[in-house]
Amino acid sequence: MTTTTLPPLAALDIPPPPMSRRVRLGLSDVVTLTRRELRIWFRNPAYLFFTIIQPMMFVLLFRYVFGGAIPVNVPGGYVDFLMPGIIAQSAAFASFGTAIALARGLQKGVIDRFRAMPMARSAVLLGRLVADTLRLVVTLLVILAVGYAVGFRFHNGIGPAVLMVLLGIAFGVTICTVSAFVGLAIKDEESVGSFGLVWLFPLTFVSAAFVPVSSMPGWLQAFAKNQPVTIVIDEMRSLALGGPLALHAWQSALWLAAIVAVFVPLAVRAYRRAT
Amino acid sequence: MTSPRTDWSGPAIFVEDVHKSFGEVRALAGIDLVVERGEVLGLLGPNGAGKTTAVKILTTLLAPDTGRALVEGRDVVRSPEAVREIIGLAGQSAAIQEELTGRENLEIMGRLYHLDAATRARRAVELLERFDLIEAADRPTKGYSGGMQRRLDLALSLVATPQVLFLDEPTTGLDPRSRIGMWDVIRELVSAGTTLLLTTQYLEEADELADEIVVIDRGKVIAAGTAHELKNRVGGDILQFSVVERGRLGEAAEAVGVLSDAEAVLDAESGSLALAVGGDGSHALVETVRRLDALGIHTEGLGIRRPSLDDVFLSLTGHAAEDEESAATSPRRQRANRRH
Ligand SMILES: Nc1ncnc2c1ncn2[C@@H]1O[C@H](COP(=O)(O)OP(=O)(O)O)[C@@H](O)[C@H]1O
Ligand SMILES: [Mg+2]
Repeated sequence: MTTTTLPPLAALDIPPPPMSRRVRLGLSDVVTLTRRELRIWFRNPAYLFFTIIQPMMFVLLFRYVFGGAIPVNVPGGYVDFLMPGIIAQSAAFASFGTAIALARGLQKGVIDRFRAMPMARSAVLLGRLVADTLRLVVTLLVILAVGYAVGFRFHNGIGPAVLMVLLGIAFGVTICTVSAFVGLAIKDEESVGSFGLVWLFPLTFVSAAFVPVSSMPGWLQAFAKNQPVTIVIDEMRSLALGGPLALHAWQSALWLAAIVAVFVPLAVRAYRRAT
Repeated sequence: MTSPRTDWSGPAIFVEDVHKSFGEVRALAGIDLVVERGEVLGLLGPNGAGKTTAVKILTTLLAPDTGRALVEGRDVVRSPEAVREIIGLAGQSAAIQEELTGRENLEIMGRLYHLDAATRARRAVELLERFDLIEAADRPTKGYSGGMQRRLDLALSLVATPQVLFLDEPTTGLDPRSRIGMWDVIRELVSAGTTLLLTTQYLEEADELADEIVVIDRGKVIAAGTAHELKNRVGGDILQFSVVERGRLGEAAEAVGVLSDAEAVLDAESGSLALAVGGDGSHALVETVRRLDALGIHTEGLGIRRPSLDDVFLSLTGHAAEDEESAATSPRRQRANRRH
């Protein structure tokens, strides 16, 4: 420390590295962080439970416990009705992990540490999203396998079946962007956990996921029929079991695009501000 | 590091009139800092003083509202990437991933700094050995003790051999033994010539590690100097005791008052007294015993101690080093009592 005033100091002018180098290193950072997230996921029994065991339990629970009491009007009975719904519900619930992990990273200072390092700031979010997408794919494949074991069958050919799975993944990734925003905005692991239940439960259960919307009271139907989860599930059902595709297809696409368009900028802004 | 060494000849850290508010809260109300290359600066202040905010600005995590901050000549606002190339940061909590092993944590840091595989592996072993973590290297860090986690955290900030290192309260929350272990590690580090800015709530810690100490309170620099200079401002060692018969406190104060030019701090309720007695504490102690004995005043907990941040604070600001909430609500407490 000196107490005398210093002559004005001119900062060095250091140009940022060229774009090509930034992109190359940025991609390498995303790969590093994705691998890191996957490794953490493998090591943590709780995460494995939530991504594999819990969705399996849901399939069995609805197939054998609630299923018998829910009359549906589809070719193979309740199990065929159930599977597209439970895939969408599991995809949405998988995004829980995104919110929790981001809040935890902010709380513990891991994210701050990364941001004080010479790496692309977007790499942290992208790495997270890529890892969560891979995790989601595993979850959906496990659910499908269990579904097949308990009697579920596609009735509409292989092409639409693949499209249904892809739509389920796209839906899950879309909900992940909402969760990312929630996690980054709330920044507290526990609050994120409880708040996640508050929005995810109504959105997935007050939908066509587990029961026909027509079985709900009128006031609830108005919401259940028109909310995005139902629209996506209707489209997934049509893809899996046969039925009209066009209307719900573009409605689904619009909904997903709109959610991404709103929540990605919100999440990025929350990420920039959070420290 | 990838960027070439620059021709900067100014100080390693230069902060000029930096302000930062969070809504109504003024976290930094215009601070200036200069740290020469290779120097260790201790930023000393109580909870809420603005230490972390200052570190976050210097490490490009927060932008200042006004003012300038340069690290090795690189402006934290205009060239944040260039700053990030040359700094290391270990924050207030250990930013390690508990599911991963110590070696994996280091390895991933190496990847993110774009070191090649051989360098990464070599660096990880070097750091694990240096921080006495080599035996635990392949265990998940969840099972590490608090001291081990902090050491690993520090190791993580050193993966890319930074020119300027920032440590935000590196020993807060550690038990005394781990704290001393951490001090050894940090001392070794700075003997290698790294510029270090370290924040702490403990005068003793700043004294142990820093060449220069800057005391901040409520976002302002209130004093600067060496530990020795700061202690002298307090008036040297502190004599303290309580009288058994509370009513005789005034009498006791008068008896020992002649030992020092400083004013004694009294607490009528507990009957305690604290008095700065300059450099020769033992002489003051002998004199005190003699004088009080002559008057037949019985004491408890009579002793001499070295001044703490609290004492420095009291002498500089007239208020104790407490976090704002309690400072605003609680009556002035007696620093001397809190020690025991
Ligand atoms: N992100 C934030 N939002 C609002 N207030 C903040 C934020 N960060 C710090 N503060 C406030 O700024 C002041 C200084 O905080 P900080 O720099 O963390 O102090 P220290 O590290 O010395 O304990 C405190 O009053 C704190 O409550
Ligand atoms: Mg702090």
